[in-house]
Amino acid sequence: MDTCIQKIREIAFQLLDKKEVERVIGFSNGTIPMATSPITIASKQDTEKLVFNSTCGLNLANYIRQQKGKIAVIAKGCDSRNIVTHIIENQVKRDQIYIIGVPCKGMINKSKIKALFEDDILKFDEDGDTLTVESSSKKETLSKKEYLRDNCRLCQHKNPVIYDILAGDPVKEQVLDVPYPDVEKIAALDADARWIHFQELTKNCIRCYACRNACPLCYCPTCFVDESGPQWVGKGQDKTDVNTFHFLRAFHCAGRCTDCGACVEACPMDINVRDFTRKLNKDAFDMFGWEAGLDQTKRPPLDAYSPDDPNDFIK
Amino acid sequence: MGNLLEHMGIERDRIHFSWISSAEATKFVDVVKEISNKVRALGPNKKLVKDYN
Repeated sequence: MDTCIQKIREIAFQLLDKKEVERVIGFSNGTIPMATSPITIASKQDTEKLVFNSTCGLNLANYIRQQKGKIAVIAKGCDSRNIVTHIIENQVKRDQIYIIGVPCKGMINKSKIKALFEDDILKFDEDGDTLTVESSSKKETLSKKEYLRDNCRLCQHKNPVIYDILAGDPVKEQVLDVPYPDVEKIAALDADARWIHFQELTKNCIRCYACRNACPLCYCPTCFVDESGPQWVGKGQDKTDVNTFHFLRAFHCAGRCTDCGACVEACPMDINVRDFTRKLNKDAFDMFGWEAGLDQTKRPPLDAYSPDDPNDFIK
Repeated sequence: MGNLLEHMGIERDRIHFSWISSAEATKFVDVVKEISNKVRALGPNKKLVKDYN
């Protein structure tokens, strides 16, 4: 991916230089090692600020709504699927965005790397599949493959599905015989054990809504958790309210989630909120043969009626 | 939605979906009877219930 950033900067420079776009949305280095944050640049001198590496785990499709003028956005496989979802849901027009597609080799699980160190990480470098991470007390050389995020490990759409230009050579897609092993593992438990699993999962939730804010699907002007008339869900730390929030947020993403992992990436408490959305992704796939964001011309399953829709749940 | 609730550990028999016309009084009675029998068999629900004490 090291060569990829030069290409991204070149493309961004050309686009801004020729005034083909007004702004470019990409990633820049964060204030601490192993962190990148989204950035919008409007001048070609700033293209040097753009970076792209295995720590760019957020989803830039979240920032393309309600922008004026033509904008360029850097999109991994999952980001591009969320752009398709935005187009289907009339949040952006295709001709308003210029998509710089990046074939993705997966993003890293920062929490897993942080757990190897007792002190703060001071330096992070990446060369192909080798990660070098340094703190004041030790230096570790890691294989990126072993530190991929769970969603990247199970990703079957690494290449952008929609783009105007690619900033690298397409990568080989994996085809999984069992695409949802995590969901099946939970489903194999009995009802009480499943309940305990989700209680344990959400017990540290501080209701900061970082998962919602990082999610490109969550763009309601007023989220149901913020409504006060009626107040759908309590605002405190009561476990029933916490569960209701996670359950309903996940359900709002049914048939739309691309499993980009931005929610988990943003969670300060390391809660794998994907345990909720993954079940719905599996259902959408099993019942409707649907994976979100692959085709601009198809309506999502919860948005369309077909006489073949499974309806044995209704009496 | 029923599937996700079930996945979270809510018993399937507590969740019912039905489409009943206002003219189908007997169907309404039958469905409510069936639901209340199933839920009675499961006993009181302790999940997703707020404890105010």
